[in-house]
Formats: sequence, structure tokens, C-alpha cells
Amino acid sequence: MKKTLFDKVWDSHVVHKIENGPDVLFIDRHMVHEVTSPVAFIGLKTRGIPVMYPNRTFATADHNTPTINQHLPVSDPLSANQLKALEENAAEHGISYWGLGHEKNGIVHVVGPEYGITQPGATIVCGDSHTSTHGAFGAIAFGIGTSEVEMVLATQCIMQQKAKSMRINVNGELNKGVTPKDVALYIISKLTTSGATGYFVEYAGDVFTNMSMEGRMTVCNLSIEMGARGGMIAPDQKTFDYIQGREFTPVGADLEKAQEYWKTLSTDEGAVFDKEISFDASDIEPMITYGTNPGMGIGISKGIPLAEAVEGGVATYKKSLHYMNYSEGEDMIGKPIDFVFLGSCTNGRIEDFRAFASIVKGRKKADNVTAWLVPGSHQVEAAIKEEGILDILHEAGFELREPGCSACLAMNDDKVPAGKYAVSTSNRNFEGRQGPGSRTLLASPLVAAAAAVTGKVTDPREFL
Amino acid sequence: MAYDKFNILKTSAVPLPIENVDTDQIIPARFLKATERKGFGDNLFRDWRYNPDNTPKEDFALNNPKYSGKILVGGKNFGSGSSREHAAWAVYDYGFRCVVSSFFADIFKNNCLNIGVLPVQVSPEFLENIFAAIEADPETLLEVNLPEQTITLTTTGEQEHFDINDYKKENMLNGFDDIDYLLNIKENIREFALNAPL
Repeated sequence: MKKTLFDKVWDSHVVHKIENGPDVLFIDRHMVHEVTSPVAFIGLKTRGIPVMYPNRTFATADHNTPTINQHLPVSDPLSANQLKALEENAAEHGISYWGLGHEKNGIVHVVGPEYGITQPGATIVCGDSHTSTHGAFGAIAFGIGTSEVEMVLATQCIMQQKAKSMRINVNGELNKGVTPKDVALYIISKLTTSGATGYFVEYAGDVFTNMSMEGRMTVCNLSIEMGARGGMIAPDQKTFDYIQGREFTPVGADLEKAQEYWKTLSTDEGAVFDKEISFDASDIEPMITYGTNPGMGIGISKGIPLAEAVEGGVATYKKSLHYMNYSEGEDMIGKPIDFVFLGSCTNGRIEDFRAFASIVKGRKKADNVTAWLVPGSHQVEAAIKEEGILDILHEAGFELREPGCSACLAMNDDKVPAGKYAVSTSNRNFEGRQGPGSRTLLASPLVAAAAAVTGKVTDPREFL
Repeated sequence: MAYDKFNILKTSAVPLPIENVDTDQIIPARFLKATERKGFGDNLFRDWRYNPDNTPKEDFALNNPKYSGKILVGGKNFGSGSSREHAAWAVYDYGFRCVVSSFFADIFKNNCLNIGVLPVQVSPEFLENIFAAIEADPETLLEVNLPEQTITLTTTGEQEHFDINDYKKENMLNGFDDIDYLLNIKENIREFALNAPL
């Protein structure tokens, strides 16, 4: 039987099969953060049971942390309480905890790969939908709810029905100024936000083969935005090179044995997917969203689609444009913006800061723009400094903040005010996502940089 | 840990004929700071339900006194976005026991099943008929029969079968819990873990 990459990893983790029910799937690594875990720990307490494998569990604080003055006590009492709860729960159950101020602190999906926790062929879950990020390494990684967090803490297993399989091929060469974020936003715009619901996606083709590991993470990260349970890319030499020498990466004979296994992790020639879709890389241009879900994206040079040309309900479409205060047919280029957010588990890695710096270098931040540049982790922050990117940013009038999820979901104070427009490298443009009444335009770090220096939606290719 | 049992639910329903209702609308992120599972119903659809000054938005379905009941009927692709179970908790805590739509996002659907809220997927045509029936008469009763896996629009007798796997169905009917199941096969898990490299 020919197997897909997804089949290989899934099937090797099934502990028990329930007829006409879910599989019991063993989870290699469980990442935990402060927002979706407290009720799960209460559940354990109520049942009087421990965490089954604390050494397979990793906790970090990211969603609800401030991005300035992290050395000071957290001023919001509710946030402080939630952080304290995670710290106490981790200590009580013997889980390693990388809290605020810890050198390894950062966004869970940024630090996982950085420290080698993320490995090919592993099953990885976290109470966060962007857990799909880790699929870039050929892992099965997906987001779960709090009941499932409790399930994994208690039993290291999850009960899930195996998803259907989809392969998305993108072949050819990417155009100038087109980044992994644009590739992902393009795919989502074609599939819609529910086009991959019920599926686990494998990304294949030249574009992903040639993409850096960080780029692959960006693409897999956004899988959930088309409804997919997760996305994955077959590991290759690039993957093995990236993993080598990280804290949780095996060494010596263990590494050799692991690599032997990792090399078997690709879809067999002739394996059949439930659905297969192909795109041509040359059709993709820098993307931007104009509406209130990530599927509402267009090439930056294009106009906002007419309601009649859009799939789905006209009323929902018009409601969305009304929220954005945009009209059908308008150009996106030239639209004024107020905020720029560079960061998140989607685009908060060093390559994203390099891309942003490549455009703002020698230019100045527009006066009408408030910019929040938030590294995904302390490692990213350190690299920004070491590589001289911080100097470039400072000269252009930008400040760097401290690591965290920040304005991606605006649980902390990094909130875009009502009615204001933010060009954001994050992953969701839902109503109010970046603060009540905020309006989000999702884009790549290059598009964000072009907007930051011009104060309006601008084609980054002008600067390249 | 058991939750409410679900068998047959006959009730009026609250209509939300909007597509792609995401979990940020169901419960905005700023209300996720609690460390206990309580009070989420107050913030269900917070920003659609209330103005910034906390006065109710009168045109929103939950604020319209003519709509009531334990079933929430939503447009296609209900519950997309974040994995926050808080969204399902908010739906439950407000008083809903069932959500009907023509399509659900995966994680939201799982979260509902895990806390005893039944997600019922119907055809787009049937969904339109339900919306039309509620609009014509807000007191229209829907009957959701879990043992038979049917949903009926009682005014016309129109009925559809809905899918749920046998395992989850048993859980919902009896208020059983996944973790109890898994704890009973803990030895199998332990054995499996011996061969699962860290």
C-alpha cells in the first residue's frame, strides 16, 4: 500500500483504533501556554491525576505577555494571574517552563523549532491553532482545545479521527517580491477559509523545496486559515541541517538512527490523496487582504472584488467590506494605513526582520504610522542585534519590542484602536482581532515595510 | 468526568445567518484571561452583542426578545479560526446545547463534542429552510434526536439525518468523557511510549 507522508506519521502513532470512532493517537511532544491550559490543569486536580509524561511537555508564556518592560511585574492583574497559574502548574507537575524573562521565552511556535523540540515524524500538539507551524519539519502538528490539552497532559494521547489528505503543489519560480507569506495567502484566497476543512495538507513542488525552513514554517503556520487541520512538508537535507546541534536534537548514534528514519518520511510515488490541487508560482504576486477573513486576499495590484464575483453569501461579503469601510472595485494600492505590525508565529523570525529591514534601510518611517516590531523569541531578538538589523531599524525611526504574540491577537496592551488600519504580518484579519473595532490588512514583511515607510498600501516591488 | 447527557432536544432556536463566524467573534481574545471555566456566556459574541459603551446592540439576534431557545443556528463555516475552547464554553454557558450549520470548522466541532454541545451539520438547503421558518415564526420548534440522528423542522415535518461517529454518540448520550476512556487503556499507552523516542 502506497502511503502519504501524513499516513506514515499518523499510522506509526496509533495506539488503539476504535471502530466507527476516533483513533487514539500518541503525542510525542505537547506544548503548553498560559491561555488554554489553566482549566486543563484544574481538570487534572479534580480527577486527582498527574501529568503522565512531564518530559514530553513544554510550557512557555506568550499570548498574554507585555512586549515592553518585561523586567517589571505584569500590570494587568488578570494577565499576571494567568501567568502565575502556568508557572505554578508547571512547577507542580515537573514541566519545564520558559516564562517571562527566561532566556528561552518566546512564541511557542517559534521557540519549539529553535530548540529542536520540533522534529520530523513527531506528533506535536498545543492548545493553539497555529501549531500547524511545526509541520514544516514533516511532523504532524495541530491545534487542540482545552479538553484535549487535559487529555494529553493526563494520557499523552488524543482521540481524533484521521483527516482526509490533500496535496497542494506549487511549481515554477516565484516572482520578485513574492515571499512564503504571499504563497500561503494566495493559496488561501483560492481555497477560501473553509476549503481545506477536514483535510491534512501536504505542500509539495519546487516552491517549497526551494523555500527556507523559516519560509516553510510560515506556509504551514497558515494551513489552519483555509480550515486544514494542519500542513506538512517532507523533510530534506535542509531540514536535517536546520535541526542539527539544537538543544533537544538527538546527538551521535541517536541522531544517525533518527536521520535514517527521517529520510523515509516522504510520500510514496503513486500514493493517492483524497484531493490534489496545483498552482503555478508565476501567477503569484505580493498579496494583501481587504476583508475580515484570511481568504479575502488579492494580489496587491488588484482591486477589491465585486460582490457578484465572490463565492458565498453576498450579505456576509458586504458586511465584511462595511466593517473595513471599503467598497467593491476599489484599488488597494494607496489606501492609508495607521499601524504596522511585524511579528507573530507567522512572521516573527529572523528572515522576516531581514526582509523588513531590506526595505526600510536608508528610509524613514512615515509620520502617520505607529509600528510595532515584535521578535518571536529572545533568539530572534539577539540575531536582530547581532546582524546589525537593529541599527538599521533605529536609523529608520523604528523601535524593537520584546518577544510575544502581541498585536496578533491583542490580549496584551498592543491593541490597534477602533477604526484604525493595520498592515500586519500576522495570520488573522477577523473583526476586532487586533483590538475592538480594529481593521487588519494581512501581508508579508515586505509589504508591511513598504507601508511603514509610505504610510499607505504600497507595492514593495517599487523598493526592490 | 461526565457532562450533561444529550438525548432529544426540542426547542426554538436563535438564528445567526452569517457565514464564516470565527471564534474571535464568538469570544474575543481579551476575554480569555480567566483561569477558571466560568462566566464566558456573558461575553458570547461580545462585540456583535454590545456597543463599546456596553449598551446592547438591539438588532443583534441574542438581544432580540423574539428569539430564544437552546439551539443556535449559524451560517456556513461556523467556528473557524482559533482553537480556543472558550468559544464552545461561551456557547454552552449562554445556554445553548446544540449548534446547527451547513458546515463547521474542525477544531470548534471537536471542542463542542468534548463539552457536550452537539454540532449538527445539515444541507445548505435545509439550513435556508430553517432560517426562513424562524424568520416567519420565531417560535418555530426544532427537534434534534440524537439516538435517531435526525433534525426536524416541526412546522413542516421536514427532516434530515446528521452524522456523528458511534463513539462520540455514545459519549453524548451517556455524558461519558474521553479521558476516562483513555485512563482505562493507560497500560497500552505506557507500552507504546517505550518505543516512542523522545
